[in-house]
Amino acid sequence: MYRYDTFDHAIVAQRVAQFRDQTRRFLAGELTEDEFRPLRLQNGLYIQKHAPMLRVAIPYGVLSAQQLRKLAHIARTYDRGYGHFTTRQNIQYNWPHLEDVPAMLGELAEVEMHAIQTSGNCIRNTTSDPFAGVTADEVVDPRPWCELVRQWSTLHPEFAFLPRKFKIAITGATDDRTAILVHDIGAQAVRNAAGAVGFRVAVGGGQGRTPIIGHVIREFLPGAELLNYFDAILRVYNRYGRRDNKYKARIKILVKELTPAEFTRRVEVEWEQLRGGPGTVPESEIARLAAHFAAPPYRDLQRNSLAHRAALADSRPFSQWAGRNVKPHKRMGYAIVTLSLKKTGVPPGDVTAAQMDAVADLADRYSFGELRVTHEQNLVLADVPQSDLHTLWRKLKRLGLATPNIGLLTDIVCCPGGDFCSLANAKSIPIAEAIQRRFDDLDFLHDLGDLELNMSGCMNACGHHHVGHIGILGVDKNGSEWYQISVGGSQGLQASLGKVIGPSFAAAEVPDVIARLISVYIEQRHADEMFIDTARRIGLEPFKDRVYVATH
Amino acid sequence: MSQLIEDRAVATDRWTLLRDAHRLADLPDGVPVIVPLALWLAERPVLRARADTGVWLAPDEDPAALADDVGALQVIAIDFPQFTDGRGYSSARLLRERYRYRGELRAIGDVLRDQLFALAECGFDAFALRPDRNVDEALAGFDDFPGVYAPTSRHPHPWFRRRDPAASGHASGCERERRVTDAAALLRSIATCHAPAAAGGGSGPDRGNADCTGTR
Repeated sequence: MYRYDTFDHAIVAQRVAQFRDQTRRFLAGELTEDEFRPLRLQNGLYIQKHAPMLRVAIPYGVLSAQQLRKLAHIARTYDRGYGHFTTRQNIQYNWPHLEDVPAMLGELAEVEMHAIQTSGNCIRNTTSDPFAGVTADEVVDPRPWCELVRQWSTLHPEFAFLPRKFKIAITGATDDRTAILVHDIGAQAVRNAAGAVGFRVAVGGGQGRTPIIGHVIREFLPGAELLNYFDAILRVYNRYGRRDNKYKARIKILVKELTPAEFTRRVEVEWEQLRGGPGTVPESEIARLAAHFAAPPYRDLQRNSLAHRAALADSRPFSQWAGRNVKPHKRMGYAIVTLSLKKTGVPPGDVTAAQMDAVADLADRYSFGELRVTHEQNLVLADVPQSDLHTLWRKLKRLGLATPNIGLLTDIVCCPGGDFCSLANAKSIPIAEAIQRRFDDLDFLHDLGDLELNMSGCMNACGHHHVGHIGILGVDKNGSEWYQISVGGSQGLQASLGKVIGPSFAAAEVPDVIARLISVYIEQRHADEMFIDTARRIGLEPFKDRVYVATH
Repeated sequence: MSQLIEDRAVATDRWTLLRDAHRLADLPDGVPVIVPLALWLAERPVLRARADTGVWLAPDEDPAALADDVGALQVIAIDFPQFTDGRGYSSARLLRERYRYRGELRAIGDVLRDQLFALAECGFDAFALRPDRNVDEALAGFDDFPGVYAPTSRHPHPWFRRRDPAASGHASGCERERRVTDAAALLRSIATCHAPAAAGGGSGPDRGNADCTGTR
């Protein structure tokens, strides 16, 4: 993974010092509340319902075992012994004390981490494919490009005060695990006929209260031009994005109001001026960054060894887990293992300090000391020898991290909701738990197959409900909490937005409603047809009929 | 009256900012003035002939309007009605990098210490600090960071072109090394003074568990 040089270290250290001084000036009354807010937000510090919340960046979701141990230490020392992994591959602490935050940032800096630009109206942490570098469907390893963008975007002086937040996702695989089409910029690395690396660039996707699928504004951008082109996009947005209404300030609204064609024209005109200039990325720089992501010292291993096959045959729980939570690796004899943070009764994405320490040890032992965070709020050990899978599974089971539900209905993507977040209209964690309890039959879940259920506690859509096959949105009706259900959303390169099936439901009704939706699918599905494909084929009506006829 | 910073030092301001001048008659005789863009565009021949006349731009005013005047103007000011309105950063870079403006580029309005570093990187070299703030203390803001990675007006070459001294002419190696050493020392001192109290053994204070509400 990427290791800081002296310049990176100096920037992060000085950021800590700067924030310490800003906090001091705020507490001394030299900065007003309104002046301090944007500064603390750009250091990831929110004021939440119960306490401040600190969001720490995990650049493109890559973590070392050492960094995870530090995150555990911080959870134990400054928080209540746990952390929450987010849909943007970051980690949040929900209970720090304001006066401890500079110390937390200082500790993070020791392991090359920070909270810079994890909030505020600036360029946020770049997200990427949690299987980067290890998946067979990869065309280009996105990590060197992500690191390039991380550096470019960090403290970019022109774009510190954008109209609104700005999220970039980069993938290099044919299967999109990054939800690139619901980002302000989604860049997919591709190769042209000559084999040169370039990017298919989509702009103006996003969720929130106005969900929009991104528009591809350039089919092939030469890799060397990535930063010049991003500068052009950001400059057009910074100059012309709306600032009169924060609900209309995201780039997606600008793209819509100008029309994608006019927006593209302005970007291209701006890019013409920057093209080939100093921001052009030389191959040597990409090579320098790529060297940080060189393959680990893999051993020559057999694929599907006799012992592995025997273990699969011997234990149904193990084979069930391997079938859902283990994905093929591009290197023979290795596997990609997803650790489920979706055990029933645990808020989705939450991990205790003890679990973090244990996972760090497992990463050291089985996966070259590195792990990944997924935007679906799980962890990944990306380089596990197949022959170690059975041992690893047993250890993960003891840690409560081996629930065999990756990609299933109970692998719920969920924001912290009304239990923590001051923006939320409704709770989300207890609803997720009620659904998990309702669908606790593993065989039934496995029979249902891939089914993404996403839930957000408000229209800001941190829980990505718009792109869930089934989406749940918490809404406020006259001061009480209700839940709106949508069907037919999906992420990936064929991303679609879910459609609301009708009036919302009380919390206690939600598991039943989900069960009715599922029953429609079971009755109507063709062999091997996923829920989303059935939903696309039969449309909304059969679902509506079942849910509303039966309940009202 | 705002307080002017020029070349990282407190300076005397000889210019008068006219926020509301609409006609030539609004201009005082013999005084260096900074006029609104609209007046400049309306009376350009007269104002170009007038000694000591500068122009200020609102955030939504296009710096391209001054493309033909950059050689004639000694000062261009860009207004920040609120420091969170970041349009002026782009305006500044366009004036410096696209229109090759070489005169004084002044930030006016809600100009505060915590923005000085980024403003300077974008090409501002004069800063009318908001009058209620301590101008001497604000000067430290210019040293908030050792630099940034992206290309800027102040450093047109991005860090990846400057980091290798052999690859560019921008290598002020000694200075950078000194800053890096300073920063490393600073980091150590922060880490040391904030290390959790060793007393009580091992895991540190497990504060808050007592009133944990039970979602975990």
